[in-house]
Amino acid sequence: MSLGTKDLRGSVAVVGVGLAGCGEAPGWSETEIMAAAARNALADAGISAQEVDGLVVASVNIFLSGLSIGEHLGIKPKFTDSTCVGGSSFVGHLIPAAMALNYGLCDVVLVTYGSNQRTGVGRGDAAKYKAILDPLPFEHPYKPFNPPSSYALAAARHMHQYGTTREQLAEVAVAARQWAQLNPEAFSRDPLSVQDVLKSKMVSDPLTVRDCCLVTDGGGAYVLVRADRARQYKKKAAYMLGVGSAHWHRQIAAMPDLTVTAATESGQRAYEMAGLKPADVDVLELYDAFTINTLLFLEDLGFCKKGEGGAFLSGGRIAPGGSLPVNTNGGGLSCVHPGMYGMFLIVEAVRQLRGEAGARQVKDARVALTHGNGGVLSSQITALFGSEETL
Amino acid sequence: MTTTTATPTAGPEKTFKDKLAAGSFEIQKCAGCGKHVFYPRVLCTHCGSDQLDWVVASGAGTVYSTTVVRRKPDAGGDYSVVLIDLAEGPRMMSRVVEIAPDAVKIGMKVKARIAGSGEAALVEFVPA
Repeated sequence: MSLGTKDLRGSVAVVGVGLAGCGEAPGWSETEIMAAAARNALADAGISAQEVDGLVVASVNIFLSGLSIGEHLGIKPKFTDSTCVGGSSFVGHLIPAAMALNYGLCDVVLVTYGSNQRTGVGRGDAAKYKAILDPLPFEHPYKPFNPPSSYALAAARHMHQYGTTREQLAEVAVAARQWAQLNPEAFSRDPLSVQDVLKSKMVSDPLTVRDCCLVTDGGGAYVLVRADRARQYKKKAAYMLGVGSAHWHRQIAAMPDLTVTAATESGQRAYEMAGLKPADVDVLELYDAFTINTLLFLEDLGFCKKGEGGAFLSGGRIAPGGSLPVNTNGGGLSCVHPGMYGMFLIVEAVRQLRGEAGARQVKDARVALTHGNGGVLSSQITALFGSEETL
Repeated sequence: MTTTTATPTAGPEKTFKDKLAAGSFEIQKCAGCGKHVFYPRVLCTHCGSDQLDWVVASGAGTVYSTTVVRRKPDAGGDYSVVLIDLAEGPRMMSRVVEIAPDAVKIGMKVKARIAGSGEAALVEFVPA
């Protein structure tokens, strides 16, 4: 017997989410932030750490991260995964976790992440060691300021090919900031205009520092269970309706077309599993490491045609009050971005589906799309979540 | 490398670098499907063959995308990072020199040359 991909639809649900140390968490180690986020997600669900028998984690720095966090929390899991494909990892973790739950390998999966990237010591040294341990000999000698330079190359190509403007990219940052202003947990909440973005310090043309995500500390976690157990916890469950993954390259020079990401495939896979289409989505959480990301993903996930993303998002369409709510927590651009952001997509989607997002709540949100990005537009992983009525 | 013997010389990365250090910019061409491959690999990314031969690159290319990395003047100033589509097909990261970095435009025809020597030898491009 083998399950079909459509059997995964609605088969697992997130029953707890939590954040910890978002913004600045001086004096906290990476593992400690992960543990604090895990504690908050478990408390949100009303589950004790000892009930967790599946443990999933990814880390930028920690070798054997799954073992470290298991030991720290006193969890003895029957199932562990610590796949790292960059910032999309935590959306991708839904796939092995859902399979493990469906096959009865475990009953309660905890997925957690944390980073002290902003206040932790030794950031510069870490970059040097990474260049030795994981050399990229056909890019590194040219000193791209990565990740920004790789995304800048994609943005420049999109502008050349489709007439996309810096103003349109800036609108992405402005919309994210306006959402952040509605989120008391967001890191950057000062007013921001298109002109502010354009006049900010250029980092790697055409991207200014305000086209780039934040560098913060922070952690997040979610708890995943089989749907048959999902109603026994404290809060409303958010059911996984579809998930899809794709990657075509790691380094930007190997990306086949810099204006088309593998989100075209990951999105299609997720929509097919869910039996949904873009018009069914009430709220989107897209991995906005850079302003160009949001634009590319709106195109590649089918919300507008290829090349029309700039015009599509102009005029506040994705900002609060616009017709398409995107990155309602403020995104990686204005809420939080501790190295890998994918975890925070899911935390916000679940909060929106539960109706607990306060001033930024999207009315009657029943279907949420989360889209994770890893590397330099490399790993693309899409997941659709729904409230109980979407099952 | 075959499946039954040890490496006769070196892997494709070191082979490329040794050739470059000797003054020759070479890329791989697949004996299976005839397509070119860069960066140097063990298997052809088009057809999976391991029959990759070395050929001298024409050096002709077109700027596929370009960025200027901003750096303080006292740290050396701004510099070019580009993606070049080689005439043979593959794309590579490089830099365009001898013009201002912000004068590099998408679609510009460029020609490869070797900068530096020995282990520091590097392919860079100038306007064609």
